[in-house]
This record gives sequence, C-alpha cells and structure tokens, in this order.
Amino acid sequence: MIRNLWNDLEGTFFPESALDHMPEARLREVQLQRLKAVVALTYEKVPLFRERMDAKGVKPGDVRTLADVRLLPFSTKADLRDTYPYGLFAVPMSEVVRLHASSGTTGKPIVVGYTAQDMEVWKQVIMRTLYAAGFSRSDIVQNMFGYGLFTGGLGLHGGLEGIGATVIPISGGNTERQIMVMKDFGVTAVCCTPSYFIHLIEMAQKMGIDFRKDLKVQRGVFGAEPWTDQMRQYIEGATGIKAYDIYGLSEIIGPGVGAECHCQDGLHIFEDHFLVEIVDPQTLEPLPDGQEGELVFTTLSKQAMPAIRYRTRDLTSIDTRSCACGRTVRRIRRISHRSDDMFIIRGVNVFPSQIETALLKTEATLPHYQIVLTRKSGLDRMEVRVEVSGEMLQDTVGAMDALQKRFGHSIAQITGLTAEVTLVQPGSIPRSEGKAKRLFDKRNEG
Amino acid sequence: MKITQLSVFLENRPGRLSALCRTLADAGVNLSTLMLSDNGEFGLLRLLTPDVDKAKATIAAAGYAATTTEVVALQVPDRPGGLAGVLVLLEKAGVSVEYMYAFAERPGSDAVMVFRFDQTDKALAALQSAGVPVFKPVDLFKA
Repeated sequence: MIRNLWNDLEGTFFPESALDHMPEARLREVQLQRLKAVVALTYEKVPLFRERMDAKGVKPGDVRTLADVRLLPFSTKADLRDTYPYGLFAVPMSEVVRLHASSGTTGKPIVVGYTAQDMEVWKQVIMRTLYAAGFSRSDIVQNMFGYGLFTGGLGLHGGLEGIGATVIPISGGNTERQIMVMKDFGVTAVCCTPSYFIHLIEMAQKMGIDFRKDLKVQRGVFGAEPWTDQMRQYIEGATGIKAYDIYGLSEIIGPGVGAECHCQDGLHIFEDHFLVEIVDPQTLEPLPDGQEGELVFTTLSKQAMPAIRYRTRDLTSIDTRSCACGRTVRRIRRISHRSDDMFIIRGVNVFPSQIETALLKTEATLPHYQIVLTRKSGLDRMEVRVEVSGEMLQDTVGAMDALQKRFGHSIAQITGLTAEVTLVQPGSIPRSEGKAKRLFDKRNEG
Repeated sequence: MKITQLSVFLENRPGRLSALCRTLADAGVNLSTLMLSDNGEFGLLRLLTPDVDKAKATIAAAGYAATTTEVVALQVPDRPGGLAGVLVLLEKAGVSVEYMYAFAERPGSDAVMVFRFDQTDKALAALQSAGVPVFKPVDLFKA
C-alpha cells in the first residue's frame, strides 16, 4: 500500500494534512466552486431550502462570490426537528449509508445522514484533526465517546482507524473499568468530553493511580461541549498529558469540523469542507473577523444532508492571524460558551463558563459545581453549589467560611452578581458521563 | 509526640453524621474520640482513632473530603487551675490554641485534653521543658 511510504516520515508529514496548508487563494477558489454546487444541489433537492430561497427572491445563480453566502437563508436545529426525520436529505435513501441522531432531551431527536462519500470526507477530516493533535499510528487510543447514534464515538473511530492507530472502542461509562483498561492496555491517547475526563482523573486519584507513574497516556482530544483554558490547565497539570480541543456538531458532520494544532491557540476549521461565518445572534448581520458572535456553517461537500448557513448557537470569533504551525486554514477562538447556555439573572447576562472561571481563580483545581437559579417572592437567586475536595479542605470552620466567601467574592468580581455559595460533600453533585449539565433553572417551577 | 487527627467535611443535614459513623463501623474502625464543630451549614468532624490509616482509606474510598492534622494530647491535672496552668505556659511560649477538646477515655485519674496549636513544634518544646506529660499515640490509645 502506497500509504506505507509515508510511515517512515511519521510525525513529520501526513498526506491528509496537506489540505490544511493549501495556498489561501486556491482555498477560496475551491470554496467558491463547492459553494455554488452545494447551493444548486440543495435548491433542487430540499423543498424547505427552495421555499426559503424563493421567498427571498434568490436563485442559486446569484451566488457568484464567497461573500454572496449572506444572500442565503439561515437554518437552525428547529428546521431539523420540523422536518424529522429525513426532510432535509438531498439524496434518496438508497444513497444513504449511515444515520446518526442526537439525543433528544426535549421531544424528538434530530437525524443526520451520510452517503459513502460523506463517510470518506468525515474520516479524512477526523484524520486531519488527530494529526493536528499529534496522534499517529503508534498510538493506542481509548475512545470514550459514546458509540451508537451519537456522532462522537463512531466519528472518531473512523478517523482513528484511518490513521492506523490501535483503537479501543470502549465507549463511555464505567469509569473504574476505563482506568483499568487505560493501565493494562498501555493506552497512549484518549478521546472524550473534558468533563468526563475530569471525572476520570478524580476516580483515578481515588483508586490510587498516578497518571504520570502508572499510565502511559500522552495526549487526548476533548470536545462535544464547551470548556475553558482553565479546565485545560487543570487536565494537563493533573495528568501531564497534552489536551487538545476539537470541535464539531452532528448537523454539520459530527466531530471533525475544527481542531487545535500543537500551538493550542484556537481551532483550525477545515475550510475546504466547511464555510465559516460569524453573525450577530440578534440581528443576524455578518460580523467582521475578530469580533465575537454566533458561529454559522455552510457545508461545502456534504451530499446526504447539506447544511446552509446553519446557526450553531456557539459563540466565538474568527482569528485571521497566521498560525505558527503553518496551517493556512483559519482558526476560531475556542468556544467557551453557547448563546443558549446564557442565562439572564436580575437583568445581567451570565454564562456558566464565567462561574467556572471564578471558581478556578479561587482554587487551583476545578471543583465540581452546579448553578441553581430559583425565584422567591419575585426575586431571582443564584446559588452555586461547590463540592469540597480533600485538597480544598482545611481543618477549621473559619478557614472553610473564608473559602466560601472567596468563591462568592470571585463570582461577584467576574459577573457583578451576588451568588449564594454552598459548600457540599464530594459526590453530591451528579457526574456526567457525557456532556456536563451545570445549570438548573428552577425559576418557573412551583 | 504528635497525634494524627482526621478531619472530615460534612454537610449539616440529617443522616450525614450517622452515615459516616456507619461507614467506619462497617470497616471495623474504632473511634476513640470525636469532636464536631459547625457553622449551621456545614461542619468539620474531627476524630481520633488507633487506626488512622485505615480510617483515612475508608473515608476516602467512601468519597468524603478529609484531611489530617497534627494534634497534641496532654494530661491535665484534674483540679481547679489544672488547665489554666497549662494554658498560661503556652501563652508565655507565644503559642495559640486553635481549638481543643476532651479525650473521651481517661487512662488515669487526670483529664486528657486534645489541642490543636498554631505552632505544634513550638508548643511541644514548651511543654517538654516545663515537664508537662504529652501522650504518645501508643499510650493514648492503649487506655
């Protein structure tokens, strides 16, 4: 196999990653050509898109430059629900080789489909993701993303096989067994959500396992939920591994939309497949590069279910500076919050990530926490429940009182709001084995 | 001689203390003495046991937040002014008592008090030079 030719150059050159380095002018040409094709295809095959185009009086032929993408209508998760299950598919089912679905926390799930070519593209972008994070065929990789309808597990799996790594398709859950496998199988790299990995670090500590001495894990890719630089510092400090952020969503392709390189300074978007825009979430007007707004994607090569100007609800900005790694595909700042995570309390906009930052400012390690919003006689209250760990514990009530006050003070500094901080016993906040749920809004209950 | 004391964080809610005691009992850990201080919302349970390593491991495995502290157990004459004499001695040495409590069992006719000092080594030196008997763990738990 010709692929073996490159193995001697391992760690220095990966043919799939060459597309990350395309000359910019050529990259824009490719994007424009693909944009025209996907708009024509979607207009022809997807009634909802055609109706919206017609309502705006826009024809596929009106897209002449990349900037013309702003003529196109937006799409949202609601469109996927409204047309459940296959309403946005652009190919007959005989062409669809794979279905995935999101866990529907409210009502119906959303369904996404892939043609054989889509599957190949998906594999390629995940290979590029993994190479960017320093994975190679020598790695033994424990893939703790859930296998099944969720795109995380099987998505990563395809790319891991693509790079020739040894894959352990363990899926999520059963943390003690995960740690046993990690140790016994000599695992060198991991994939999972950042909150699950933090849970796993805690469990390893409890089991008396030292990441640096007892395990061989060197690196990991973490995604499927927003996380912060402080969480990365915690993960890297506690384990000695390199933690890379990856980005994706099922509606676009799954994991493999964007990835951090070794510079760990924003996520490169695989722009030859995904056209990125940032818009003002209220006015939906495009925002200039560098300004924070809602991330919007148009898929450039998807066949089964193309997405046109899909609103992700994730908030970030485009970084046009060239990256020290040499990739020419642009970066987005890592996503630490989503527009639908934001809550408004006493008229102030707050993101759970701000609470997290405040807690990490007080304690070097990230405690488990939960934000509970309640309403009492018309007044909103924000309670932040923080689990006390062995490292945080001091032997006098006075010292613990002071810690509680420091948490409250730090939250007030960052959000401008008074929060009631409650210290709780370890384990009293439920752990997530998938995406962490931090916010409990009980203001409209009872 | 310092004694290792275990402090455990407990939420001030019904059943929390009994759950911890049950966990220790199931592991066969015998508690020599206990002291709880709280602020209404949460408390710190301090405990002394002959088997501190086992107690610590049991508590950690059960998922509690716990930490160890060095305390000093003293024999205090059981007569008026017995404790005052010891405290004056420590005050003169510039040592503060962060908290103290009585040891549940009495090995002899005198009282046994457990002290947490801000400067344990300094306190021990002052006690030693004044000839105040300080318990070794082995003697304290033998009683």
